[in-house]
Amino acid sequence: MSGLGLHKKLEENTGLLIFGILFVSSIGGLVQVLPSLFQESLETATENTTVYSPLELMGRDIYIREACSVCHSQQIRPLLAEVERYGPYSRAGEFVYDRPFLWGSKRTGPDLHRIGGKYSDEWHRLHMTNPRDVVPKSIMPAYPWLGNREANARGDIGKRLTALQKLGHPYSDEDIANSTAAVEGKTELDALISYLQKLGTAYGHGDKP
Amino acid sequence: MGPWLRPGSRDIAVSEVNTDNEYYHDRVVKMLVMCSILWAVAAMAAGVYVAAELVWPTIDFGQPWLSFGRLRTLHTNGIVFGFGVSALMGTAFYSVQRTCHVPLFLPKLAWFTAIAWQLGVLLGGLSLLAGMNAGKEYAELEWPFDIAITIVWVCFAIVFFGTIGHRRIKPIYVSNWFYGGLIIVIAMLHIGNSLAMPATLFKSYSLFAGAQDAILQWWYGHNAVGFLLTGGFLGMMYYFLPKQAERPIWSYRLSIIAFWAFTYSYIWAGPHHLHFNSIPDWVQSLGMVMSLILLAPSWATMINGIMTVSGAWQKLRTDPALKFIVLSLAFYGLATFEGPMMAIKSVNVVSHFTDWTIGHVHSGALGWNALITFGTFYYLVPRLVGRELHSVKLANIHFWLALAGTMLYILAMWGAGVSQGLLWLSLDEFGELRYSFRDIMASMPPYYLLRLFAGLIFLSGTILMAFNLFKTISGAKTIQVRPPAVHGAGVSS
Repeated sequence: MSGLGLHKKLEENTGLLIFGILFVSSIGGLVQVLPSLFQESLETATENTTVYSPLELMGRDIYIREACSVCHSQQIRPLLAEVERYGPYSRAGEFVYDRPFLWGSKRTGPDLHRIGGKYSDEWHRLHMTNPRDVVPKSIMPAYPWLGNREANARGDIGKRLTALQKLGHPYSDEDIANSTAAVEGKTELDALISYLQKLGTAYGHGDKP
Repeated sequence: MGPWLRPGSRDIAVSEVNTDNEYYHDRVVKMLVMCSILWAVAAMAAGVYVAAELVWPTIDFGQPWLSFGRLRTLHTNGIVFGFGVSALMGTAFYSVQRTCHVPLFLPKLAWFTAIAWQLGVLLGGLSLLAGMNAGKEYAELEWPFDIAITIVWVCFAIVFFGTIGHRRIKPIYVSNWFYGGLIIVIAMLHIGNSLAMPATLFKSYSLFAGAQDAILQWWYGHNAVGFLLTGGFLGMMYYFLPKQAERPIWSYRLSIIAFWAFTYSYIWAGPHHLHFNSIPDWVQSLGMVMSLILLAPSWATMINGIMTVSGAWQKLRTDPALKFIVLSLAFYGLATFEGPMMAIKSVNVVSHFTDWTIGHVHSGALGWNALITFGTFYYLVPRLVGRELHSVKLANIHFWLALAGTMLYILAMWGAGVSQGLLWLSLDEFGELRYSFRDIMASMPPYYLLRLFAGLIFLSGTILMAFNLFKTISGAKTIQVRPPAVHGAGVSS
């Protein structure tokens, strides 16, 4: 009856009940999540993984803004069919500059982790403006507004890089100072395409899966 | 006429012995219930619209705010934080007063909590349509909203636990453990997962990157489902099911075991969202094992609920509210069985990234969350205004629409999801891919059309309910209910 006795205390004392819930629900996170957050191998970049250029970063933020990850994953599982379809499976070290991660949970459209270099810029331009011009049965939305908007319309690219620099991304002060010039005259569509063309290129199609 | 058609009669009868001049604060409950209903209609309509966009992709008319990515995010946030949390806040405020025999602690703070939350959902929803998005699933709102949510949530906690602290009944009733778990654990998850470095007022970057961010996100994402959509609504079940069935909870001991086992084991299950992804193997395996263990406390609670109705089955014939609640328990059982199965790595290899996941979510969200909320509202609204339900017949029609909509939705997504999962993995005798992604995608319209139809059926039922309940409320005042007098039961804390 000691179990019921203990519970009598918990259910008659508000403070104890709050503490009990907090304690019991924390255990899983402390044992399973917390160690991962300090696991060095998960935050060590693979050999060719580099930070995003200002234009690529702008493109990535547009990808997030339009919630592309709702329909496209960026995570190739180590399965024969996936490696054949998309390329070498995804490594943790390829994502160390991804804040947030964009692995997604749904493939209404195909995985995009190794999309970089698969299609030409021109193909992407047509595809984004109207997907059905290049993939007749596609159900992807068209994004006609991307081509008409300046990538750095808000003029905040420097602030974005500064925030990432504070988080430890290896941007130099010079990179930040030059960032506005780097995206000058580019549209949101240019930015998005440059991001897509970088995706997954740290690990080439010629490398072993 | 069943006893449920005599709203508030018990409360009024008991209240006659209370000599204090104090009343339960039920107007704030009524406001939250009405907001919840409005969010349900709006967010389900958004869901139907995005379902239609998957059939006819051009109906966003080139408008950014109508685009699938933004509108789908509005749909999920509107359902979880608008419809779901408003219903949970309202029912928590209603039941905590009645299980503690005391009016709400700091009623003005309760009003602030309720109104600020509605404003947060409204402005947050607009910010999503405008393209402010932090990029994490079910945590898309940007950092200014994250801070506002934290403040409102702390107010919610103060009102809720303050009420419990002032209670006149010595034991804290089981529904309050679950509502309490919702408040505490969601606070922990929300703060942990929202840690970010702001770049501008509209944009921030997650404090963690890549694989670590993924593990943190699904610790949050899975347990938001766990402690909000499961635990929070179990609190609703533990108060409103016994009230409606007029039976005590079947097993007190089982409710204790199930609560603590649930609170302990749910937290571990998040990594099943990342099977075969770039995170450590041990984290995945542990997530899978704990997901399987989770089946036990989940079903223990379901059994406790079903057995509570046992002996009152005849009420199902006449009482639409009880019908909704009992059916929701059946879907709760289905979803909490399907979840652990999908967490098995060899099943997950097929189900992951497919529409099966969407089907699973909706067997929970439509079948469990929405149905138990509908049942609770049909019970609650007549009692809040001291009137009979406008139309029992409409409520019965709603019941069948909700059931048909949910079933068709799940069937459509099973069909789509299992096809996708198997066809993507299908190899020919030479080990080459058998089908292109495009061909598989092109075979989806029949399933997506069926899903759209199912969503429309479900939405039309919800609109019927909104009409029925607003007719019940309209022109009526919230009745004033006094806490009953309690003799000789002091409070220790």
